[in-house]
Amino acid sequence: MIDVNTFVGPYPFRHVPHPTPDALLRVLDREELEGAWVGHLPSAYYRDPTLGNAELFTTLEPFSKRLGPVPAIRPDWPGWEASLRDAKSAGAPAIRVYPPQWGLGPHDGRLREFAVAAGESGLPLVLTVRFEDLRQRHPLDVAGDLSAAAIRSLARAGDAVRLVITAAGREMIEEVHWGLTPEEQQRVLWDIAWIWGPPEDHLAKLFRTVGADRFVFGSQWPLRLVQTPRANLDLLPDDLRGVSLGSV
Amino acid sequence: MTPPRGAGEAPLAGSAPLIDVHAHFYHAAAGRADWAEVNASRFRAGERIGITYHVASVLGSYGFSSPTYFPSPADVERGNDAMLAIADREPDRVRMFTTVNPNYTDHALGEIERCTKRGAIGVKLLASRRADDPLLDPIAELAGRRGLPILHHIWQHRTREWPSQEISDGIDLARLAERHSGTSFILAHIGGGGDYMHTFRAVAHVPNIYPDLSGSGVDRGMLDTAVTALGARRLLWGCDLTMCTGLAKLRALDTIGLRKDDIEDIRWRNAARIFPANSFDRCRAGAAQ
Repeated sequence: MIDVNTFVGPYPFRHVPHPTPDALLRVLDREELEGAWVGHLPSAYYRDPTLGNAELFTTLEPFSKRLGPVPAIRPDWPGWEASLRDAKSAGAPAIRVYPPQWGLGPHDGRLREFAVAAGESGLPLVLTVRFEDLRQRHPLDVAGDLSAAAIRSLARAGDAVRLVITAAGREMIEEVHWGLTPEEQQRVLWDIAWIWGPPEDHLAKLFRTVGADRFVFGSQWPLRLVQTPRANLDLLPDDLRGVSLGSV
Repeated sequence: MTPPRGAGEAPLAGSAPLIDVHAHFYHAAAGRADWAEVNASRFRAGERIGITYHVASVLGSYGFSSPTYFPSPADVERGNDAMLAIADREPDRVRMFTTVNPNYTDHALGEIERCTKRGAIGVKLLASRRADDPLLDPIAELAGRRGLPILHHIWQHRTREWPSQEISDGIDLARLAERHSGTSFILAHIGGGGDYMHTFRAVAHVPNIYPDLSGSGVDRGMLDTAVTALGARRLLWGCDLTMCTGLAKLRALDTIGLRKDDIEDIRWRNAARIFPANSFDRCRAGAAQ
């Protein structure tokens, strides 16, 4: 099992302890995870993430057996086609996009075109619903959460599109899932970083309704404890114990 | 994937005593059809984690017939009655906070006396009145006299008003706690929303405030900083609405370099110190083994 939702690098709005690849490797060992998809945390807030991507590839190069670099590419900047080709040839397993942080609305045509192109290259898009709880955000952190409408719009953009949505809660997942056709639903995977376990049992309810194969392991390390999604799986009701998650 | 758990497996958080100081139960008048399932799920997860005692409250009707954070006196009573029934039915694993609305002072004091006589071991204050309001003084005074800790709902650093609550933060609670130095206050859920770093600074100098670790928030650095700022003897373990994050935080405590004694303090010994004597007999017995 791999963690699809990790980062390296500092976060602009609060101190994050040792957000480094070697610390991440120790965490993966401790949690018995095979590897991780790794984004560059500050790049989400860069106007141009190009140099952040370069730093990400350089930083992760010694750890390439287990840490897969997931660069960020802006579809609203010129030359994204070349950036996508470069990411593919550099071995990126996916591409990160941050529509709220980049001011892209839910039906932005450039983002939809990019999602199709990435999918046709075999690269899923990783989207982040939120980095922090709404109630603790810095006054300058005004981007807001990724909307369910934005996810539905991307999922409907074309057959090739593949999305990995991170940090969503039950309501958003249900709103998106049941707002898509069965074919479109298959284009979307959700990480379990922010889904509640018992006693509300949101994760169990989603596994029974949406299906466990639509979910993947994600933690949002180094912002959040990797122990949380693991604990959530450990606390599943008996009828769901041992259920298999989806695969990226 | 993890394999299915077999009967008789060790608790996920180990077999040492463990007290959840921030739990809630539901009841038939709480406006949700699945209330019994949610209660059963809390017990089921508690068994798996290894929770020795759930110290719990019922928050009126949870919004069904009056607002969750502003419960009417009738809903307060109905909720406390439901909580008393659960505590009576589960004497080996449930203890109770008496929930009150301080805007109804006489009613609040009466509820504390009524429920304490039937075994309640603490008082639960929601967000019906700012924590430093003088209306809370008679409640804090009575709680101190009876040796009952007060669990106060807290928004970590309030920067504005929010709907549906009259929120209080660490600074507000510190003012109340300083006026009642003989009363213990549990500052609710440092992971329950807001800026916990502000809270640590706000209450560090008030030794009768004990923050609980509950809430859905699992920020890395939160636990380390809490221990550094306040010390392990000021912190209490709890879950509130998310037991997965409670288990995750227990596991994280094992990885941030705490001494075994510090972990025991957070797991149960601090709670045993601030609640009335003999509230948690099974913890004492478990620790002695």
